[in-house]
Amino acid sequence: VNSKKQDVRDTDLAPADLDARLSHVWGDPPGIWGWLTTVDHKAIGRRYVVTALIFLCLGGLSALVMRLQLGTPENKLVGPDLYNQLFTMHGSTMMFLFAVPVMETMGVYLVPLMIGTRTVAFPRLNAFSYWVYLFGGAMLWIAFFVNTGPDAGWFSYVPLAGPQYGIGKRSDIWAQMITYTEVSGLAVAVTSIVTIFKMRAPGMTLDRIPLFVWAALVTSFMIVFAMPAVMVSSTMLILDRLVGTHFFNWAEGGDVLLYQHLFWFFGHPEVYFIFIPATGIVSAIIPAFARQKMFGYTVLVLSLFGTGFLAFGLWVHHMFVTGLPRLGESFFTASSMAVAIPSGLQIFCWIATLWDGKLKFNTPLLFVFGFILNFVIGGLSGVMVASVPIDTQVHDTYFVVAHFHYVLVGGAVFPLLGGIYYWFPKFYGRMLNERLGRWNFWLAMVGFNLTFFPMHILGLMGMPRRVYTYQPEMGWGPMNMLVTIGAFVFFASFLLLAFNVWRSLRDGQLAGGNPWNAGTLEWATSSPPPAYNFAHIPVCTGREPLWQTPDTPVAAGLRVDKREVLVTTLVDGEPDLRDSSPEPSIWPLVAAVATSVTLLASIFTPWAIVWGLLPVGAALTGWFWPKGTKEDES
Amino acid sequence: VKIQRDLTDLQTFGFGPRSLTWWGTLGFMVLEGTGFVLAAGSYLYLMTLAPKWPLNAAQPDYWPGTVVTLLLLASVPLNILLNRWARRQDMPKVRLGLLAMTVLGIAPLVVRWFEFPALQVHWDSNAYGSVTWFLLGLHTTHLLTDVADTVVLTALMFTRHGYSGKRFSDVSDNAFYWDFVVLSWLPIYFILYWLPRFA
Repeated sequence: VNSKKQDVRDTDLAPADLDARLSHVWGDPPGIWGWLTTVDHKAIGRRYVVTALIFLCLGGLSALVMRLQLGTPENKLVGPDLYNQLFTMHGSTMMFLFAVPVMETMGVYLVPLMIGTRTVAFPRLNAFSYWVYLFGGAMLWIAFFVNTGPDAGWFSYVPLAGPQYGIGKRSDIWAQMITYTEVSGLAVAVTSIVTIFKMRAPGMTLDRIPLFVWAALVTSFMIVFAMPAVMVSSTMLILDRLVGTHFFNWAEGGDVLLYQHLFWFFGHPEVYFIFIPATGIVSAIIPAFARQKMFGYTVLVLSLFGTGFLAFGLWVHHMFVTGLPRLGESFFTASSMAVAIPSGLQIFCWIATLWDGKLKFNTPLLFVFGFILNFVIGGLSGVMVASVPIDTQVHDTYFVVAHFHYVLVGGAVFPLLGGIYYWFPKFYGRMLNERLGRWNFWLAMVGFNLTFFPMHILGLMGMPRRVYTYQPEMGWGPMNMLVTIGAFVFFASFLLLAFNVWRSLRDGQLAGGNPWNAGTLEWATSSPPPAYNFAHIPVCTGREPLWQTPDTPVAAGLRVDKREVLVTTLVDGEPDLRDSSPEPSIWPLVAAVATSVTLLASIFTPWAIVWGLLPVGAALTGWFWPKGTKEDES
Repeated sequence: VKIQRDLTDLQTFGFGPRSLTWWGTLGFMVLEGTGFVLAAGSYLYLMTLAPKWPLNAAQPDYWPGTVVTLLLLASVPLNILLNRWARRQDMPKVRLGLLAMTVLGIAPLVVRWFEFPALQVHWDSNAYGSVTWFLLGLHTTHLLTDVADTVVLTALMFTRHGYSGKRFSDVSDNAFYWDFVVLSWLPIYFILYWLPRFA
């Protein structure tokens, strides 16, 4: 079986020759065909991040329309029906199409570079996941533009979203959008886990894995255990709506709270798989700008696991006002407060590292400071609403809206923006402008706090969330105007980022391989990295290998006449196999189209699932069937 | 360039935990297993709320489900052997084993057809009907997926493409997934047919 043909290895080739051969083998076909068939994790990761940022923009615009409407009392700009669609689109887009995908797929780009390999474990599955995500997001927004946008809130509670009250196709669109994004999210999670387990550079033992990669790993595990819950709940919802099942119909033995339990068993961990990767970004930025090894590496890793574990024991705190037993509620109060412990430990480790370091105040570090400040405020209001009496008082008010925006925007978007400034040079080979970056940071900081801090007060004044207008006598007008102004300032900060990106792509300062003098392996290759990432697989010599051995030692002996990757052992990162890696292929796109058409058609007839099996099955067979290329030699 | 490690003589494929696909398969088992646990949890949740169980329906007829269970269990020894033959890269036996496993996969699917009416309730009768059909449907999709996969793999192993270490590794991973399909059925079988009788 193991045919001994003449093959070419990377051991004795001159650098120019090696580069030419690897570029030929790992490069994409030219033109549009190459664009459609690529399985390069960098191309797909970039595409994912850019698409997610476009959805961020759409979600942000829907928020701006809401803020314009709420700026003054009894405003006539937007009616109640459109307003319901707007807040549902805003929440669904931000959670399912922006935050989770962008956090997961920063890893799609960065993890293979950080662990010193050439691609991800399942490059075609990765490509497939992107197309499914794109089609699902496009479906949601096209539906919105033809007045079929979901309107029952981003968690789509029954009975409001059920067959009795959720008329038309709006809630079906929501439920199927969940299927698309969860299929894609789960595919990426499995791909990431296997990549991190089995493809780390030789010498990268468990205690040398970069913290960003640990965060990606913990997040992927959380996704594997949490996303099936929302798939179960949204499938039950759509079955209730389309084929007359009674999962949530009280009159026939169903239960509406079953929906809430299933949704929040996913929904609470979801907050953490947005937040945990963000902590990974912070843990990558701080050592680079403090010129200091991270203090408390082991504590940080254990905190990630602790947060990930506890996140599954908190979901009922979203349901405190549903009349559950008191004892149960007390348990969930305790566990909600307990999650502050691992988060607090992380913050102390970051502060200790900064304290000891020689700080370089570049834009990424500014965003980290912004993150710490805003996130701590969100954490404090979190401890408040973890207690049942306070939660009962402020439930469904703007206080809660303020709280979760501090946690999600403060806790995840600020680190993400820092991460964009930090890794943009790696992605595109040019630095973002530092002066614009500072402006970007301060505008974001002022705009964000101006938008969301007054919401605490509005909530305490009794303003409920999800109302399209209010009467002047309530006295909420001036504060709402302030919030609206803040929202526009905050939006302007993103426009400034877009301008900075556009300008820097054209004539930004060239970055070189390692512009920040950081210590992890993604900085050991050129910026942007070549298609094959590393000319030779690097050997990892420590937690910050580039600081320990600037002249990175390498491993050699891989073939350069076909795509070959190194598979290593799980714990010690010892070389084990030279494995074939897939070439570009159109089949992931074909399979994604077949899957998407089937899912979309099933909204209109359940038989679509039956006849859709044929094209999906045919596409998957086409995908897996060997083509007799070099890829199949092994 | 300082070459510190030599990778020249590494193997190009491996079985079990050495192979990436094995880990990927395990990952999908874990997430699908979570789906099963949550679906079963929903069944138990609705059961504890109901005044009686089954809800306005006769006890399910356990015979078709029991035949499926026996057929699935009967396939396990051969599945273990097939895995072993794949690891030895014994092509004639692998081909024979795959053909037999295809038959042993289709047989429970045929009986499964009679299992749905044997539940004695429709999916749209009440919540009990909905959740029993959901559980059975969820398992059926797994059964169907693995049988389809086995059919394609069997066809593949009869072509020249079969003579490849990676393809033998695929056969081994497919056998691994079949174990999951069989094992995940046992608790569902108990919940669907015996729990209402004990409850």
